[in-house]
Amino acid sequence: MTVRPLAGMIAASARLISGVQVRWVDSEPDPRQSVYFANHSSHLDFVVLWSSLPAEVRAVTRPVAAQDYWNEGLRRALAVNVFRAVLVARHSGKSEGHEASEDPRLAIERMLEAMGDSESLILFPEGTRGTGEEVATFKSGLYYLCQQRPGLRLIPAYLHNLNRILPKGEFLPVPFISKLTFGPAMALAAGEDRRAFLVRAREAVCRLMDL
Amino acid sequence: MKNLDPQLVWAFSGVLGLLAVSTLLGLALKVAVKKPEAQATIRNLNARIGAWWVMSAIFGLTLVIGQIGSLVLFGIMSLLALREYVTLLPTRRADHRALFWSFFIFTPLQYFLIGIHWYGMFAILIPVYAFLYIPTRLALAGDTEAFLQRAATIQWGLMVCIYCLSYTPALLMLKIPGYGRSAKLMLYLVLVDQLSDVLQYVWGKMLGKHKIAPVVSPNKTWEGFVGGVLTATLIGAALWWMTPFRPWVAALVSFTITLMGFAGGLTMSAIKRDRGIKDYGTLIKGHGGILDRMDSMCFAAPIFFHIVRYFYSK
Repeated sequence: MTVRPLAGMIAASARLISGVQVRWVDSEPDPRQSVYFANHSSHLDFVVLWSSLPAEVRAVTRPVAAQDYWNEGLRRALAVNVFRAVLVARHSGKSEGHEASEDPRLAIERMLEAMGDSESLILFPEGTRGTGEEVATFKSGLYYLCQQRPGLRLIPAYLHNLNRILPKGEFLPVPFISKLTFGPAMALAAGEDRRAFLVRAREAVCRLMDL
Repeated sequence: MKNLDPQLVWAFSGVLGLLAVSTLLGLALKVAVKKPEAQATIRNLNARIGAWWVMSAIFGLTLVIGQIGSLVLFGIMSLLALREYVTLLPTRRADHRALFWSFFIFTPLQYFLIGIHWYGMFAILIPVYAFLYIPTRLALAGDTEAFLQRAATIQWGLMVCIYCLSYTPALLMLKIPGYGRSAKLMLYLVLVDQLSDVLQYVWGKMLGKHKIAPVVSPNKTWEGFVGGVLTATLIGAALWWMTPFRPWVAALVSFTITLMGFAGGLTMSAIKRDRGIKDYGTLIKGHGGILDRMDSMCFAAPIFFHIVRYFYSK
């Protein structure tokens, strides 16, 4: 079940709180199947990125969110029903306290299943929220996803100031003005090495930082 | 509708008439001027005039609604101004809670105090309570890096964006014998202050040669300053009938408003130059952000308020 009017309201209030100024650099909104990937420093990241897409693109775009955080109570209701989030387990290796994390391949399969032939995804390849000062190395998920879907369109994005609005460990937001910059589409090249690709993808995000 | 006394209606009609004339002039200039570099200036001028229509409509509406309308409007402007301000200044992770207090506790409280006409508390909430609270909260957060600079940054934001700006609707608190409702005073202050900004800009564009402070504000010239201050003072004096002042007092008061407005614009420009930016924001087309438009008001409003309160109010 999806609650569309609520989603629209949440999108509008996310834009209001974050005062987000959206820019598309050598790129433009397009409802074609894509994976939007960005730096990650706040729980608001996916809400703001998702809210900044035009309504027709938003309607076919689903965020990928961490199961360990979003899979309980109200958060789950929001994530699953409103944003149609794809919940996957993180495989950071640091989750010893949690039940044994599931096979990373399962997460990729879940994303592919959620995408079908037309849905797009929002993905944070750093895997976890950073301080906002630098972008951490990317996890391999993005690479495996592209391997399974040759030619998959990837849109890099950089979120400014979200770490100031709602930093890690805080639960009340402070309304700074944020900026969201989308960059030109890219794709995994034929035969491209995993590490080289992840470095290139990360650079595509970092390049948008100073634009 | 109880605020609609005839003088207020006259003054506001004057504003609309002025805007209509400016709009026609802007259109004429657009047609007449062919030089490409001048065309950019005229495009900006027309964008500014367009934004003035919107701002006047909003301000007019709040005058009609009365005190609640003015408090809500200026409260929102304070929040937007503070948001522009803190976004451009370096804050650290440990400032988060202090900033939350600034936005969501001190700002509403300041406007609430005006709403209940508690002058004594309104006048000290920020310069006493908030100014002591903010550094304490930062100390509790435990990060001592650039401590004083961070505390002062937040304190100055509260001072300018919240405290000073709230003095405009605070005029509604004043009871002046034989004058009626002080909504007219609010319109008078906004009118003289904003006209002074506009006229300094216009005189500067027409005659400006000698820069006053080229590093801080490259657009401010002596010709613009003198022309703008004199014409705005004259207009302020000519509008004495909507104030409790006699004509020569109205001229003096207007002169003070224009000088304070100039001081505000210059000071807030110095912060912008320090941060290496041109405008605080992009909210008002052609003007920049809220803070770019309101910087002169922030300095003029408290002084105007205290002059009127000391000499005229009961």
